[in-house]
Amino acid sequence: MPVPDTFAPGTPVRVRTLMPPGHVRTPAYLRGKTGAVERVLGPFANPEQLAYGHPAQALPLYRVRFRLGEVWPDSQTPNDTIDAEIYAHWLEPL
Amino acid sequence: MPHDHPHHSHEGMSPSGHPYRADQDGPLTYWQVMEIAIRELMIAKGVVTEAEVARQIEAMDARSPAQGAAVVARAWVDPDFRDRLLTDASAAATEMGFDIGPLKLIAVENTDTVHNVVVCTLCSCYPRNLLGLPPDWYKSRAYRSRTVREPRRVLAEFGVTLSDDTTVRVHDSTADMRYVVIPARPAGTETMDEAALAALVTRDSMIGVGLARMPG
Repeated sequence: MPVPDTFAPGTPVRVRTLMPPGHVRTPAYLRGKTGAVERVLGPFANPEQLAYGHPAQALPLYRVRFRLGEVWPDSQTPNDTIDAEIYAHWLEPL
Repeated sequence: MPHDHPHHSHEGMSPSGHPYRADQDGPLTYWQVMEIAIRELMIAKGVVTEAEVARQIEAMDARSPAQGAAVVARAWVDPDFRDRLLTDASAAATEMGFDIGPLKLIAVENTDTVHNVVVCTLCSCYPRNLLGLPPDWYKSRAYRSRTVREPRRVLAEFGVTLSDDTTVRVHDSTADMRYVVIPARPAGTETMDEAALAALVTRDSMIGVGLARMPG
């Protein structure tokens, strides 16, 4: 899977709606949701390879900020936020 | 604590009026057996010694929220340290002499308009090297699922009620970072020194489900 170029803070991104088997660190409740990059955390070994003892690719890791109203359309406080760490290959630009 | 539950029968109740918990006499689980087997194999093969295993357990049990509280108190009294903490919390904690191991730490600050709370929905990631072992509820399915779904209701159940002017920011530790909340410094603490301030910083306030204690 191609790894996108570095997303600067503030860049709107969408979490891919993949459902791969095995160990992933992207919560299902955020898949398909749109947020904005809060900060770039730098390269981290891909846990999806690390978990199985495979040589792990270093991937950019991002903190992405989502509005509660985006994640849960019926939220009573839509402007509260959830920040989560998402690896580059799970993100697509809008 | 008042006992307002029905008092029709006290059979099987402890002297304080609560039911006794069942003894944990069940068989070991598959993973408990695996852990013991691998530990004993590693000792038998000389990879580690029993004393090393015991020391690691003691070192982890000895960790407490005190180091985190010291970091928060320093941030309250030293604006330059606060800035360094918010920029790179791992480096700032190390600067104070705390061994945070391979931990990548992010500090998030509560203000008049922002309240932060930390959860790990995927498992139970927690900054153990700085805060000690997590409380049991942190690992519960209810806390992990509800904190991202209805954070204000969860906070209210912990006794933290926030105004509509305050934005709640939930931090889901999904990957490589661990989080510590810098609670707001309570009013009336202007003359207190760093050690006295650290005593106001509770574990819950550094997870974000509590506030720092009021002085006195």
